[in-house]
Amino acid sequence: MSVAAAPTEHRSWWRLEAGLVALAALWVLVAWMAGAPGWLTVAGVIAFWLGAWRLNGSLSELPLKGTAARLRDLVIPALFGLTLLMLWELVVKAFAVPLVLLPAPSDIWVRLLSSLDMLGADWVQTFMRAVIPGWLIGSGSGVAAAILCDRVPFLRRGLLPLGNLAAALPIVGIAPIMVMWFGFDWHSKVAVVVIMTFFPALVNTVAGLAAAGHLERDLMRSFGAGYWPTLFKLRLPAAMPFIFNALKINSTLALIGAIVAEFFGTPIVGMGFRISTEVGRLALDTVWAEIAVAALTGSLFYAAIAGVERWVTFWHPSYRGRQ
Amino acid sequence: MTNTEQSTPPMAIEHDKASRWSEGHTVPVLTLVALLIAVWYVACVPMNDVVTETKLGTRDVASGEWLNASWSLERAVLPAPHQIVVELWKTVALAKPWSPRSLLYHGWVTLASTLVGFLMGAALGIALAIAIVHIKSLNKSLMPWIVASQTIPILAIAPMVIVVLGSIGFTGLIPKSIISTYLCFFPVTIGMVKGLTSPEVMQLDLMRTYNASRAQVFSKLRWPASMPFLFASLKVAVAIALVGAIVGELPTGAQAGIGARLLNGSYYGQTTQIWAALVAASCMAAGLVGLIGLIERLTLRRMGVKP
Repeated sequence: MSVAAAPTEHRSWWRLEAGLVALAALWVLVAWMAGAPGWLTVAGVIAFWLGAWRLNGSLSELPLKGTAARLRDLVIPALFGLTLLMLWELVVKAFAVPLVLLPAPSDIWVRLLSSLDMLGADWVQTFMRAVIPGWLIGSGSGVAAAILCDRVPFLRRGLLPLGNLAAALPIVGIAPIMVMWFGFDWHSKVAVVVIMTFFPALVNTVAGLAAAGHLERDLMRSFGAGYWPTLFKLRLPAAMPFIFNALKINSTLALIGAIVAEFFGTPIVGMGFRISTEVGRLALDTVWAEIAVAALTGSLFYAAIAGVERWVTFWHPSYRGRQ
Repeated sequence: MTNTEQSTPPMAIEHDKASRWSEGHTVPVLTLVALLIAVWYVACVPMNDVVTETKLGTRDVASGEWLNASWSLERAVLPAPHQIVVELWKTVALAKPWSPRSLLYHGWVTLASTLVGFLMGAALGIALAIAIVHIKSLNKSLMPWIVASQTIPILAIAPMVIVVLGSIGFTGLIPKSIISTYLCFFPVTIGMVKGLTSPEVMQLDLMRTYNASRAQVFSKLRWPASMPFLFASLKVAVAIALVGAIVGELPTGAQAGIGARLLNGSYYGQTTQIWAALVAASCMAAGLVGLIGLIERLTLRRMGVKP
């Protein structure tokens, strides 16, 4: 492999490429704003694409450390995403792709800004009323059931294989039944989310409770600590990486569960409801705006959990090294 | 899932002495399932309360007739387990396999798009992983997006994909398989990137001292080393490919497939039909995961891995 090239050479190249990329971006922006002939914009986008490609190539070869490396790991995917967005916009506009097939990013952005009220109401209905309570109840009862399993080994032997099996089952299918039982409003969505999130929390917590080493457990015993002090002072903290893993898996599952459950019946508000009805009306820009909100919600939710995880499990080797 | 399997032994040893008869998993699992069915039967009575009353015309809860009635309702809120079994028997064994009344027919429709989607998704996932492992800038630029896309509810785009593809003339199996493909290539890519990068520096150095080319390092070291990761992610992938196919059947207005049975059942209040479809889907999922597990065992045995 090519280890031979001197780092100084790279450094000079990436500066030049970064300059070219910035210039191309400026060109595209100006050409687009000024309503210049189409081919000028096209040339700018293609220049940006090629430049970003080269720049990403040389940036990822740079021998960086610490903050610079972390910054680089942000810049590269951002450039990649920006390029994709530009190409998407360009292809849609150049070939005049009809709105019912694929709206351009700018159309979606305009729609997003113009229907913030509606999107906000949907978000509150789906995320605040269905996802959050369901996620809390489901994950909480999963952890509680795991502690119960820990107390009663018979239960653990019985429930764990069932929990592992449940991970493979299409639990979302329970949605029509829950809608029948709990009505069209958020209650039925909470029920679906609870069922979907219960098993991952159970299985991961059971695994986590076994994670504390024998040495530490023996130490607790020599302190004369009973079951509960050992659980709260040693085994639950040691299980935290596993529990947070379940919470992260569950954050996505909860959103999926709530949105899919809305396909089976809702009051006239909610992200899943909006997506299915607007698709029926072929208003794809609204659908994409809703999906953008869902994506942003999902990643922020995940990031929030990851942040809390870092704070709680600061002792874990995967965080300790990165000061 | 693999984590838990590995981390059970220390606990298991402690409890072995205490209770010999519950040593394996079979007895506890069967006990729990029996308990669940018992609770189910009991729960049928209060849940079907209102429906039973309208059927019998009385509120004489104490009579044996009441029990019988609440376990054999046509449109129960919660059908009794034996009703679901009867419904399964009627739609699987008694109906002609090619008629829309047969659950086998609907199951096949879903299974076909699941399998097509799964195969395409697995191929795409593996190809992407190979590209990511070998091209450094792709690893830096694409991988963060793939990881981030795990955190968003991808299933939400299912109706849009179906309708958009339908409007340009693709209907039936292909759009559903595309949803399955889209859902299941992520876990395969992530698992395979992990697997292909799992060889240690020492092993890679050894390959270097042999003057192995990149293709040789790939075929003789990276690919074999990634097999356990591949099968673990394939199991996850096939399960969500099935979910994708089922959800993909919802927006087309319930023509055929397990999803259509679910939607139809919820339109007409046929709870028994919904439960039967759910049981069928679960059997299918368990069967598919089991099949991959079997292939995994055969492959690993051929590769000489000790069980």
